[in-house]
Amino acid sequence: MIRYVLGRLTSLIISLIVASIVIFAVIEVIPGDPAAFMLGINARPDTIAALRAEMGLDQSVVARYFDWVTGLLRGDFGQSWTYKTPVAELIADRIWVSLPLAIYALALSTIIAFPAGIYAASRRGGAGDVTIMGATQLGVAIPNFWFAMILVLIFAINLRWFSAGGFPGWDNPLQAIKALTLPAIALALPQAAILARVMRSSLLDMLGEDFIRTARAKGLSARQALWKHAVRNALIPVLTIIGLQFSFLLAGGIIIEQVFFLPGLGRLIFQSISARDLIVVESVVMLLVFTVIMVNFLVDLAYAAVDPRLRTKS
Amino acid sequence: MSRNLIIGAALTVLFIALAVVSFVWTPADIETLDIPNRLQTPSATNWLGTDHFGRDILSMIMMGARTSIAVALLAVGIGMALGIPLGLLAAARHGSFLDELIMRGNDLVFAFPSLVIAILITAVFGASAVNAIIAIGIFNIPVFARLTRGAALPLWERDFILAARVCGKSATHISIEHILPNITNLMIVQGTIQFSLGILAEAALSYIGLGAQPPTASWGRMLADAQTLVSIAPHVALVPGFAILLMVLGLNLMGDGLRDWLDPRIRVART
Repeated sequence: MIRYVLGRLTSLIISLIVASIVIFAVIEVIPGDPAAFMLGINARPDTIAALRAEMGLDQSVVARYFDWVTGLLRGDFGQSWTYKTPVAELIADRIWVSLPLAIYALALSTIIAFPAGIYAASRRGGAGDVTIMGATQLGVAIPNFWFAMILVLIFAINLRWFSAGGFPGWDNPLQAIKALTLPAIALALPQAAILARVMRSSLLDMLGEDFIRTARAKGLSARQALWKHAVRNALIPVLTIIGLQFSFLLAGGIIIEQVFFLPGLGRLIFQSISARDLIVVESVVMLLVFTVIMVNFLVDLAYAAVDPRLRTKS
Repeated sequence: MSRNLIIGAALTVLFIALAVVSFVWTPADIETLDIPNRLQTPSATNWLGTDHFGRDILSMIMMGARTSIAVALLAVGIGMALGIPLGLLAAARHGSFLDELIMRGNDLVFAFPSLVIAILITAVFGASAVNAIIAIGIFNIPVFARLTRGAALPLWERDFILAARVCGKSATHISIEHILPNITNLMIVQGTIQFSLGILAEAALSYIGLGAQPPTASWGRMLADAQTLVSIAPHVALVPGFAILLMVLGLNLMGDGLRDWLDPRIRVART
């Protein structure tokens, strides 16, 4: 167990180091002078020189990398060139849209997928199974930003149940949740389709196992065997997918935020890209990558908690 | 052949045919604007209606199919061209430092949120179809590397490989002459799946303006343009979305169907 956790921890740290180097390098290899790139072609030479000094471009690449990383570790994400405020503040404002959206979508996806997958597996080959599997084929193929537009067309423009976009802030939690509902559904349904398929196939694998036959032989009904033994064991592959989905939802949120004009990290990235504010882009991307790698690490730990074989294996 | 395979292949062939035909003929010229004729609903002259510039939507869909297919196919090509050799190498040198290095590298790329990195790449190097191909292609490499290694490892234990080794064939020779032909089916199936994911990724990137640039037509940008018009002309937003949906659905069904059809064990079990 300890060896397993230590192994995961080592790969977590290596992943984070490599990720930071890759992101730093991508920004670094911009042809020409990053300061000139950010300021555009009409910039005055003294403005460029000022920005160069502020970005520390007069120092060596290695020194700048360590400055950036140690800054990140202290919570100092640098200063935005266009907003003239610390990047940490910009992120702090917007994370309260992006993170709740991803969590909301993940919850929806799980709530839809678990019953659908379990039902389909328990009625294998039946009409319910065929219908659910057909629906998941559609769900997997649908582009979520298009699905979002359809939701807006139906529920905001025609039925007027929800607003078509924007975010009122968390002062009124109910309104805030309402504003995030359509975006969360748009994000969640395609993911729920994937999760339901994984849940179904994982459960079907388990139902073929000897321990299910044993459970049935000792007198459990098919339903009891399913719930007491199969579902619990089927959760292991499902957990991995949920972990992967969280990263997908966080990143996918970037696009959905565009559809609904939500002031989250996605909009911050795009505004910074068009303003060429690379300091913001670099730090927000690093934050997203950090979150994703961290979630995958936690999933690996959860694995060990669920699967006793992993605890004893090296 | 299963129903899935037939429906999937039919949809896929339809879109590929639309893309190919667009090189020689489209119902209308999409480079000339016809503003008075904008946002027309489907009619005998414009089967799928016209967009906000009065361009024929069917013609736009045909030209967009070209972009989507080209970007996704080349991205799969990058993934296969680099991923399969890496996987073969890792399997041939199983347990070595090189194997470990390749697999850890794979895990690392897997851990990255692909869309975020694709956005970073296109933001820094400029939005273009080529950068979209590279950004999508990079994330196909570990998929093929891992699958190749996983399929090749059990083959290395087989007697016919042992026979080849006794004959003095090198690992490279064996990988190319004996391992590769035995994993081709698997690669075709996975290629189909990655192709469909590539179509979705291209649509997402061009929707946010980081894919193919005007005047190149693309389904994602058609959707971005249609977004503000969705209340007055819903068909402008519905058509490109259905094109993406049907193409991806077709590829997925074809992938599933091919997997069953190419796997002799399942085929025998059925008959």
